Amino acid sequence: MVVGPGTVSDQAPVAPDPAGGSVPGKAIEGRSLGRIAWTRLKRDKVAMAGGYVVVFLILVAVFAPLIVKLLGDPPNEFHQNLIDVNTLAPKGGTGISGDHLFGVEPQNGRDIFSRVVYGARISLLIAFLATGLSVVIGATLGVVAGFFGGWVDALISRAMDVFLAFPLLVFSIALAGVIPDKAFGLSGDALRIAMLIFIIGFFSWPYIGRIVRGQTLSLREREFVDAARSLGARGPYIIFKELLPNLVAPILIYATLLIPTNILFEAALSFLGVGVRPPTASWGGMLSDAARFYTIWHFMFFPGMAIFITVLAFNLFGDGLRDALDPKGRR
Amino acid sequence: MIQRTRVLVAATAALALGLTAACGGGKDDSSSGSSAKAEFNAALDKVFNPSEKKGGTIRLANSGDWDTLDPGETYYGYSWDFLRLYGRSLLTFKASPGAAGNELTPDLAEGLGETNDNGKTWTYKLRKGVKFEDGTEVKSADVKYAVLRSIDKATFPNGPAYFEQFLNLPAGYKGPYKSKGVNTDQAISTPDDSTIVFHLKQAFGGFDYMAALPQTVPVPQAKDTAAKYKEHVVSTGPYMFDQNNLGKNFSLKRNPNWSAETDPFRKALPDRFEVSLNVNADDIDNRLLSGDLDIDVVGTGVQPATLGRVVGDPTAKAGTDNPNQSRLWYTSIVGTVKPFDNIDCRKAVQYAADRTGYQTAYGGPLAGGDIASTVMPPTIPGYQKFDLYPAGPDNTGDVAKAKEALAACGQPNGFSTNIAYRAERPKEKATAESLQQSLARVGIKLTLKPFPQGDYFSQYAGNPPYVKANNLGLVLNGWGADWNDGFGYLSQIVDSRVIRETGGSSNASVRDPDVDKLLDAAVGNTDAKAREAQWGAIDKKVMEDAFILPGVYAKALLIRPKKLTNVYVNPAYNMYDYVALGVA
Repeated sequence: MVVGPGTVSDQAPVAPDPAGGSVPGKAIEGRSLGRIAWTRLKRDKVAMAGGYVVVFLILVAVFAPLIVKLLGDPPNEFHQNLIDVNTLAPKGGTGISGDHLFGVEPQNGRDIFSRVVYGARISLLIAFLATGLSVVIGATLGVVAGFFGGWVDALISRAMDVFLAFPLLVFSIALAGVIPDKAFGLSGDALRIAMLIFIIGFFSWPYIGRIVRGQTLSLREREFVDAARSLGARGPYIIFKELLPNLVAPILIYATLLIPTNILFEAALSFLGVGVRPPTASWGGMLSDAARFYTIWHFMFFPGMAIFITVLAFNLFGDGLRDALDPKGRR
Repeated sequence: MIQRTRVLVAATAALALGLTAACGGGKDDSSSGSSAKAEFNAALDKVFNPSEKKGGTIRLANSGDWDTLDPGETYYGYSWDFLRLYGRSLLTFKASPGAAGNELTPDLAEGLGETNDNGKTWTYKLRKGVKFEDGTEVKSADVKYAVLRSIDKATFPNGPAYFEQFLNLPAGYKGPYKSKGVNTDQAISTPDDSTIVFHLKQAFGGFDYMAALPQTVPVPQAKDTAAKYKEHVVSTGPYMFDQNNLGKNFSLKRNPNWSAETDPFRKALPDRFEVSLNVNADDIDNRLLSGDLDIDVVGTGVQPATLGRVVGDPTAKAGTDNPNQSRLWYTSIVGTVKPFDNIDCRKAVQYAADRTGYQTAYGGPLAGGDIASTVMPPTIPGYQKFDLYPAGPDNTGDVAKAKEALAACGQPNGFSTNIAYRAERPKEKATAESLQQSLARVGIKLTLKPFPQGDYFSQYAGNPPYVKANNLGLVLNGWGADWNDGFGYLSQIVDSRVIRETGGSSNASVRDPDVDKLLDAAVGNTDAKAREAQWGAIDKKVMEDAFILPGVYAKALLIRPKKLTNVYVNPAYNMYDYVALGVA
């Protein structure tokens, strides 16, 4: 038997991995699944680019006041001296200058750069928290349905069907119309944001719930679960110790892919006037304002590009993450 | 963007002893001229491109649905203008540019109304030989029936409500559908087929204006299908319906039973009218500019996206007209909401508001209108120019004066309140945002409160208990007259007695018993000139009370049809006169 630089037993678990990078002659370390995925992700340049953009956007949202202080004007401040009163368009077409990097809005002359930057806060905050809400609900109910089966599964699965069939857009428009100014100790924009998070999060949990349920159904028949059960493990133990760790990957992937969907949904709601109240800036709301002035290109371009880049970045990153965590699904 | 003129004459109007028809006024009558040169406002005071050429098709479009084609219910200015193509009311406004267009002229009737008891009964003689589209002759009973059916507000909920308030109807009368067989001769009598007599509860000198309402367009009882009559209105005018697909489009063709001999002013030049409904507003503008479409029938002007293209280009601008709209956009400052119970706090808003910002929010000087400083627009007789709260040289507000007023009010650091506006109206949203910015300069913090426009007055901004409970200190508002007259314009927005606790009144803020007294005194005055001066005095008193922050006297930027002849703006409707148009 020829004994090569690495022992056979060492190589066995990682050998099929093309991205393993096991260089002959070096000592082989045992690596966790997460580390392997991370190594794979790092090699996916497109996904990493998406990831960097996501991090950049989050930083922009967090430091919006600082950025605007350095590079723009307060997002709600009017600059009507920059507007041609007869045409309502910014003087010189766009008003793009050193003071207003993205130009100014027609009619009231607000700084578009600052509004796009502040809009990132609303979009990302709502998208992240709504996704978090749907992940929590979806994962919990999905695991419960898949693990217990029987009438529990039937009940939860039908509930998912009902939620998926719900005319969500119509419902949210109606809900936004009846919501009072003060409720649950919140008022004004905070209440609107909470409402949007609830609407978007509460109605998109079945997407994750279905995936988790399916995964649980197949996992619970696997040998390691049988082994745990035969050793006397009970339901909660099996769910938390045996099933959930194996569900992290699909949950993570779908959460990442749900975020851009939620950003688009928030933009759509704001566009329809259901979102945060004016004058608070949001990308969808800016697009809605810009639609009246569609001949003035820059007003629609910048918030539109912001949505486009954000959604693209999250999607690219999410795709890369899926490939990294689930090599079998690779194209 | 369509604004219904919501003028309902209150019961107090019945006290209007001998209120004679005073209108037009002000401007010199320089209307008889004509012009062929395409320049800005070429069709405003004179006829542009006059011609007698017959034939052709006029293409019109409406960005929404037609409010209704039924003459008994329609309540939009554009519809009243257009309706004269297929219906003839007793009287109508002169088909003329300039001030003369505001004067009444007989149409179905032979002359203006006659009264021999100081305005309590009004008699009209019908022209002989006027026929419906099926050839039957129009009788006075058809006019009577048309007026009576329009009273049925369960069938026609959105129509003008003047007749039921003024006519001496039997108690509990609900129109000919529900109150069948009731003798209504005490309200309208028809001694013969060509005479109709209106009997009022109390004298009203301005009844001729009511006789000019489309509700007096005759309706044959045998052909009436109540709420479905709008599907086929029986024509008395030069055109009748060819096709009518409600909500999509309709077309008019020539009415063979109309005769020019019975009609003093309709030229009836084109062969057809084709109207498309629910067309995208920006698409309408593009097609108007390309000549693919002739007229945006609603007549409220171009969209903001088109503004830059039209105004920025001298050739394009030469193809537009910019008429006044007899309408004021304003903000009600609600005295029942603290701290606006204190007049100095109201004055602080008057001084602090950026009026140029208000104007820009409405579209600037061309598409929006002129900066206002009074309640009455200049087109209403009795208008006096004054400005009690000068807003600085560039009209952006006088911050120093506003701070003085705040100090006098005991709120030197400002206060917080809410501003209500109609969510569907981008111009009102822009105005609210502008006021938020300009009032913040003196520490008055506004929170924006959008409400659906359908219930705006009934449940929200026009509902006093709601306004008080929700601290709606400022309420965006607007008002236009059904016809240019001080009484019709002012009574519904400055008389505190029209405010109903259950909501629905357009007067959201003016509560001053002295104003009410001045109104009563003016209504009872039979001297037209003196009365006009009184309207001006009421305007001044309301502004002294600071209950109304005037915004803009509305204007519209209209794209003049390229291929049409006889184009001019009729001041009674503030848009092109659709009856006069021909195809070049």
